[in-house]
Amino acid sequence: MAQRDGTWVAMIIFPEHIGPINVVAAVPYFAVLCIIGFILTIVPGLIWIERVVMALMQDRLGPNRVGPRGLLQSIADGIKLFFKEDVEPAGVDRPIYYLSPIIAMIPALSAGATIPFGTIRVRLESGSITEVPLVAGNVNIGLIFILAMASLQVYGIVLAGWSSNNKYSLLGGLRSSAQMISYELAMSLALLTGILMSGSLNLVDIVKQQAPNLLHWNFISVKYFAVPGLAASLIYLIAMVAETNRAPFDLPEAESELIAGFHTEYSSMKFAMFFMGEYASMLVASGLATCLWFGGWYAPFRWIVWDWVPGFMWFVGKVMAIIFAYVWLRATLPRLRYDALMKLGWKRLLPAALVVLFVVAAVDTMQTPLDVERRQPVVQVHKPTQVPMLAAPQGVR
Amino acid sequence: MALPVPTEFYVILGAILFTIGVVGVLVKRNPIVIFMCIELMLNAVNLTFIALGRHFGQVNGQMYVIFVMAVAAAEVSIGLGIIVAIFRAKETIDVDAVNLLRF
Amino acid sequence: MSGQIALFWLLAVVSVCSALLVVLHRNPVRSALFLVVNFFVLALLYLTLSAQFIAAVQVIVYAGAIMVLFLFTIMLLNLGAPNALTDTRSIQKPTAIVLALAFVTILTGTGMVNSGMAASHASSSTLSTGGTVQTVGLALFDANQPWLFPFEVTSVLLLIGVVGAIVMAKRRI
Repeated sequence: MAQRDGTWVAMIIFPEHIGPINVVAAVPYFAVLCIIGFILTIVPGLIWIERVVMALMQDRLGPNRVGPRGLLQSIADGIKLFFKEDVEPAGVDRPIYYLSPIIAMIPALSAGATIPFGTIRVRLESGSITEVPLVAGNVNIGLIFILAMASLQVYGIVLAGWSSNNKYSLLGGLRSSAQMISYELAMSLALLTGILMSGSLNLVDIVKQQAPNLLHWNFISVKYFAVPGLAASLIYLIAMVAETNRAPFDLPEAESELIAGFHTEYSSMKFAMFFMGEYASMLVASGLATCLWFGGWYAPFRWIVWDWVPGFMWFVGKVMAIIFAYVWLRATLPRLRYDALMKLGWKRLLPAALVVLFVVAAVDTMQTPLDVERRQPVVQVHKPTQVPMLAAPQGVR
Repeated sequence: MALPVPTEFYVILGAILFTIGVVGVLVKRNPIVIFMCIELMLNAVNLTFIALGRHFGQVNGQMYVIFVMAVAAAEVSIGLGIIVAIFRAKETIDVDAVNLLRF
Repeated sequence: MSGQIALFWLLAVVSVCSALLVVLHRNPVRSALFLVVNFFVLALLYLTLSAQFIAAVQVIVYAGAIMVLFLFTIMLLNLGAPNALTDTRSIQKPTAIVLALAFVTILTGTGMVNSGMAASHASSSTLSTGGTVQTVGLALFDANQPWLFPFEVTSVLLLIGVVGAIVMAKRRI
């Protein structure tokens, strides 16, 4: 039996046309709505989770006044931020000052475009049933598209620091962006290891490689004797935390250092945009980790107890587990001093990532048959997306 | 077969971008901006390579572009290192002020 | 298909405008930002040419790393003040513009616009898979193609770049 996505959801087979709408062609737009809606509406929830979990780990209660157990605290904070005075300091570089929060937000949201969060089954007109992945952009370069958006996130920070006409902002911005580009290297090498294990850059294919159960998930990939997968996923997770400027790597923006780093001079909604951008990039990085290392929308093993859970709920659950790990790290570990942070990135993580890459490449070479005819490509080459997407709908093989 | 956008369009666009880069190198005095115009020229050449590579149905255009990008990255890092070193020595980066070897 | 041509014109206009603003603006930070816009638009143009891998690499390498390096240098040397350097003497600018117009006329007029290029003999399957990572990778590491040796040499070149940059910018060796 082919791997299914959860029993009751697998029983919902969509017809190819609902009314005038082609279901297969409408899936990307639906996925866009889901991703943007999810990211934007879950951020207040994330803030609440962070405050409550950190508080409980620090043996206190956290917000408990506004609404039941403080659930409305984020909304109250949002309203407060909305009504705060929008200060514009003297001497700022106005276009860049006002554009920086937007530049910080856009790549974080755009990177969610290629992250798949489930599948639906569609019965085509020809009679066959195909699984259509729920992803906004089923492109052959999905993973390096996310890397490209991660590279663009540096601009929001460095421009915010520059345009604020403030020494501390400038220092904080430069430090923060130097940290981000340093850990981008280790992150890219860890991702490259994952690509070697999966054989494709298309995130849908990477998830499908990890199909049946826990033993095939990339983070303990049995084909590579488990240890390189663990090492690579650990390197990626550490680099991911540094990339999103979260504790223990948040020296450039912590409150007790450097005033508040690059967002010192930003108030009310502009600060809210930076904040939301940071949470959005956390969500996207966690989503990528889930797809690449932890099996995407597949359950660890088939069990009657959770056969009813659809794939996208597994995906969201895994992303939330990684977010919980983020908050756990913030509550537990002390902040790294800046030179220790850079040393970790360049002198420890980068060589470690290179070594893991070599080991995985060596194991892969040893397992490749010598004569070329017997080699199977890990993933077949698909017809790639044509830009602009005025062509036939994707996802149908 | 006919391509959706004729290749001439891309080649002419590459030529225009290249010329804008040349004007920038000739006119500006800030060496960092001169550098940026050199990068603009390299990118115009990249665009031409890829357009012509696609026109002839080969992947060689993209291979050239990969190597141009790698070389440009190395060149930029060393060039900016030189500029930083000059700035440290002279406190100004006006290219006309670096004239000790002039006849 | 006029949708593709309209898209090309939009991207071309934005690209040329941002390139012009790179050259015309006096503030180096603004010039750098317009160049970032230009590189991003060029990545979109590569996407219309079905060179997907190169488009992603363009954003990662040029817009995401090289321009960040430029911005760092401008900010560290504090060159953002718009009047820090006034540009050239009066005769050089019009001469440069005249020569540039002549140059672009020569470049675009060499028989290409008038006679039209020969029709492309690329098959449609080549066009659609020609830019994927698999195709680029197979060509790069193919024993019959000449790209493997330059690839290995490039690694040495990048190492030289790293060492050279550190040597140039260090205060004391």
